[in-house]
Amino acid sequence: MSEQNLFKVTIDNITIDVPAGTTILQAARKIGGQVAPPAMCYYSKLQGSGGKCRTCLVEVSKGSEKDPRPMPKLVASCRTTVMDGMEVKNITSEKVIDARASIVEFLLINHPLDCPICDQAGECHLQDLSFDHGKSGTRFEFQKRTFKKHDLGQNIQLHMTRCILCYRCVFTADQLTQKRVHGILDRGDHAEIATHIEKSLDNEFIGNVIDVCPVGALTDKTFRFKNRVWFLKPMDAHRDCPTCSGRVTLWNRGDEVYRVTARKDEWGEIEDTPDGKPGWICNTCRFETKNAKDWVIEGPRAISRQSVISQGHYQGTVGMTKPNETFGAINEGRTPHLLMDIHDESEVNKHSGYTSKNNIENA
Amino acid sequence: MQALTNRALSVNRKPMTFWERLYLINIIKGMFITFGHMFKKQPTVRYPEQKREFSPVFRGLHVLNRDEEGRERCTACGLCAVACPAEAITMEAAERKEGEEHLYREEKYAANYEINMLRCIFCGLCEDACPKDAIYLSETFAPANFTRKGFIYEKQDLLIPNVTTEAAAFGEAKGV
Repeated sequence: MSEQNLFKVTIDNITIDVPAGTTILQAARKIGGQVAPPAMCYYSKLQGSGGKCRTCLVEVSKGSEKDPRPMPKLVASCRTTVMDGMEVKNITSEKVIDARASIVEFLLINHPLDCPICDQAGECHLQDLSFDHGKSGTRFEFQKRTFKKHDLGQNIQLHMTRCILCYRCVFTADQLTQKRVHGILDRGDHAEIATHIEKSLDNEFIGNVIDVCPVGALTDKTFRFKNRVWFLKPMDAHRDCPTCSGRVTLWNRGDEVYRVTARKDEWGEIEDTPDGKPGWICNTCRFETKNAKDWVIEGPRAISRQSVISQGHYQGTVGMTKPNETFGAINEGRTPHLLMDIHDESEVNKHSGYTSKNNIENA
Repeated sequence: MQALTNRALSVNRKPMTFWERLYLINIIKGMFITFGHMFKKQPTVRYPEQKREFSPVFRGLHVLNRDEEGRERCTACGLCAVACPAEAITMEAAERKEGEEHLYREEKYAANYEINMLRCIFCGLCEDACPKDAIYLSETFAPANFTRKGFIYEKQDLLIPNVTTEAAAFGEAKGV
């Protein structure tokens, strides 16, 4: 890159030189940390994504060196390219903080907030966004939209009520597969992700829509309700896959593989493989290779200490094995004659129909 | 030597008088205190005939709550388990089938729910963490047991009676 093509841009008082044509969001991500605006619909690995969710709005307080007027409105940083001498305010701007809180409120209007049920909880971008930027209450007093259930085949589960219409999965299907079978049907409040009519998604790379989905609208059916992500231990692993790079993250509990996903970077996007291509993984790796023997484990995946995923302490066999009984060993094989039954003791918990294991044996 | 504080008392080294050497007055004084306790309220609680009342904030054995229609509230979200500092809670989730809507409140429910009372420290963080009002600490303690297995309480041990199917047991548990 020659000298002339480098633009000097200042984001939150931090100056960085970026090549011409870079978006503000990309420049901010180069600085990293809090300066990078959150993004729900923009995905750097997908052509044409971005500009829909408005979460990445920033204030441009100086347009460029030649035209120093500020931009009149907040701009979507994922779609606005930098100019030389541009000054951008992200977290230093009151307007941006306020606008982002409103955007979160808009996104949550139709979101069911069923995080206790949702498999995405713990790695959900909307959860993180509303935690960081949202307000605690809601002003929405009406019925949330509901949809007729669509079946997307045996690997992918669609929860249309959770969808924020970011179009990431549509771009994924367009760019990774030969023929896209799902898309947005209807418009306005009725717009929904669906197939026409009732087809199943069965392309070899279609499983990546699960990874790109920022919310829990598209989840892994083979992992559905199996475990919470924070009880699993993410491990980097690879295998020799003929169709994809085979570089994945295994989500283990003990030696059991519960889920296979692609590796994600700090922005929640798919990590590049060493040869510089996005590390999309195929359906065989994701859904069908859940045996620990199939994988070469590289080591534990680094997870941010702030993430709930690093809060799970239940690793290995905690809660998976029954305790050893020592009573028989120290009493020459005799079993206890009298055991208390909780239902005789508890005032609150009288339970008629249940025969406790702990009742008197051989009475 | 200078005293460090002004609270120091100098020792009285005068020889005791005749009455003091008899100790009679001091013995009477002591006995007065001793027999005086006969007329005071007894602090002893004669367990198990008598039981001391629990404090209203007592944190005892867990119960799993049901809603007004008797459906289980727990959705196996795992927040109690991740909040638990003692790693006492484990669970397995399952998906609600059609026709089970009267049993479980949400799409997902806890198929297995175990609390290891040997690990539990009764801190009540599970109660705080629960987003569904499903787990509460009751005013009952965990009774003694001879086996370790007996301290692993399963979902059936923890659930409160169903208000629709076990109305009598529910009323009894509520103390009505």
